[in-house]
Amino acid sequence: MQQMEKRAGRRLVAGIPALWLAVFFLIPFLIVLKISFSEAQLAIPPYAPLLNWVHGLPVPRIHWSSYAYLFTNPLYLRSYLYSIMVAAVSTLFCLFIGYPMAYAIARAGEAWRSFLLMLIVLPFWTSFLLRVYAWIGLLQNDGLINYVLLHVGLIHHPVTLLQTDFSLYVGIVYSYLPFMILPLYANLEKHDPALLEAAADLGARPFTIFLRVTLPQSLPGIAAGSLLVFIPVVGEYVIPTLLGRTDQIMIGRMLSDEFFDNRDWPVASGVAILILLLLVVPIVLLQRVERRELEGETVEVATVEAET
Amino acid sequence: MNAQPSPAAEPALPYVRLQAVSKKFGEFLAVDAVSLEIRRGEIFCLLGGSGSGKTTLLRMLAGFEAPSGGRIYIDGEDMSAVPPYERPVNMMFQSYALFPHMTVERNVAFGLEQEGLGRPEVRRRVTEILEIVQMSPYAGRKPHQLSGGQRQRVALARALAKRPKLLLLDEPLAALDRKLRERTQFELLNIQERLGVTFIVVTHDQEEAMTLATRMGVMDRGRIAQIGTPAEIYESPVNRFVADFIGSVNLLEGKVAALRDRDLTIRCESFGCTVRAARCVDCAPGDTVWAAIRPEKIALASEESPDEAFADNRVRGKVREVAYMGDVSICLVEIDSGKTVRVTLPNRSGLAAQRDLRHAAVTLSWDVASPVILTR
Repeated sequence: MQQMEKRAGRRLVAGIPALWLAVFFLIPFLIVLKISFSEAQLAIPPYAPLLNWVHGLPVPRIHWSSYAYLFTNPLYLRSYLYSIMVAAVSTLFCLFIGYPMAYAIARAGEAWRSFLLMLIVLPFWTSFLLRVYAWIGLLQNDGLINYVLLHVGLIHHPVTLLQTDFSLYVGIVYSYLPFMILPLYANLEKHDPALLEAAADLGARPFTIFLRVTLPQSLPGIAAGSLLVFIPVVGEYVIPTLLGRTDQIMIGRMLSDEFFDNRDWPVASGVAILILLLLVVPIVLLQRVERRELEGETVEVATVEAET
Repeated sequence: MNAQPSPAAEPALPYVRLQAVSKKFGEFLAVDAVSLEIRRGEIFCLLGGSGSGKTTLLRMLAGFEAPSGGRIYIDGEDMSAVPPYERPVNMMFQSYALFPHMTVERNVAFGLEQEGLGRPEVRRRVTEILEIVQMSPYAGRKPHQLSGGQRQRVALARALAKRPKLLLLDEPLAALDRKLRERTQFELLNIQERLGVTFIVVTHDQEEAMTLATRMGVMDRGRIAQIGTPAEIYESPVNRFVADFIGSVNLLEGKVAALRDRDLTIRCESFGCTVRAARCVDCAPGDTVWAAIRPEKIALASEESPDEAFADNRVRGKVREVAYMGDVSICLVEIDSGKTVRVTLPNRSGLAAQRDLRHAAVTLSWDVASPVILTR
């Protein structure tokens, strides 16, 4: 009796998130998938049904036209590649800026640590949109940065900073840095300081210790942080729209344009599905890294220098 | 006893020399002006309770902590400015501190790789040392796939792989269960002898220190209370702390009543007895002293066996508790003055006889050579 109650309880606990995922993720995904295989038409809803009834029999009509369109139009391909590049470069910047910060926080004293962590989280207290707008104020031609540079005498004409790759990266790296720092910190903070002492005791210099002890152990943190940045940045809409280039748009903007401006739901859905397929690869990678870590397989890095 | 130095010990400079080494953490004095000399090939145990400063001392030898005062010399060289990675010292950590992302083999190879040895040489020496600690079959495993005892061996192998002249061991056996600990103790001795390494072992476990050490230092609140061989420390502790810390002891406080060359009489008011001891102690009649008597050196004579008793030092009492430990029994005897004395009896006659002892009226006695007279 009790056993059954326990099992029912367990099923309920596991069932709620499963239900949540089904209702808010799986079903919408299937709807989007369905729309992507249909054809746009001027109607409500603005796409053709997949099943047509001919003489009382259902006849499926699957259209590949939106995918064919996406793959043949170089505009989309360029947009995809651009999005991936922006996401990759932003991830690298976040990693190189965030790693030392996370490392410093993890090594800081008890009292400092919580204070520094609070500083990392503090920006979340103001609206994301507001913070991106603030960058416009800083970066525009008559903005603060140009103003200071002009007055110091470093430049004689305002430099165009806004709506360039530079401003795009500034905005993205600024906004996503906490998502890199927090998982990295969570990882680095767990490292056993005795391991560093052991490595020093065995004759390793500080940099070697970092390469061979700290870095390999922080790989799961690097992977988690990188994916937390990379995945949302690929589909980022707000930052590129406000700060990014106008001659090259990212895929998130493409999707919105197709959906709202062109009212081409099948193509918009196709774009969404392709983004998802694109992101399946890194997500699977993340899971493999985590599983490896659990199984304790070798994650060998930087053993090359030791063997020279 | 003899002040003349033996000719063999003369040229041997101390391998490790600590000169008034202190360490302060804020206001807390963890190590207080410790001076110490350790010879080549010794197994020196630092024994003390938690907070006695023994681990801090070890960490200063390894270079993880800088002394607040004093100097450390290893092989005649001042270690003050030498970082841990350049010291001719290796340490076995209490937690073992094995690299979790490396296999056993790579853990052991780590130190050798830092020396810039060629790959075949590294491989050869890793194989050799894993052979010595009998871990060759596990070379490809990760630390988390090993048992506690196996991890301990890997940690030892890793520390020994660089062939250090001095090995520091921080509570090397603390994480092992009793049986394994005993076996590993003898293996450690074996390896130490084979490789001729000098060991400095930190431990809180007196049994561990007694079996391992050639000499030991008992630490108390940052100072070294006594240095000597295990037997010296057990048989002739210099003060009450050492007497009480090593093994168990009955401390009888009293005043010196009479003092003749090697014949001391102490009047112990609170125990209601007189202790006679055949010892030379620096004290005068009227001084307060403590007679330290080990529980196993007290004879217990009941009415049925009166002839067990010594002629001197007799006290009457009643057995209150008997704790049967298997090899020995511990008796708590309430003597007539109301104080309790601890006596250990070897188990010669089986459990039944020990049971009968409870509540029996007994006479305690001990030889005049048994009490150690402590003045502090």
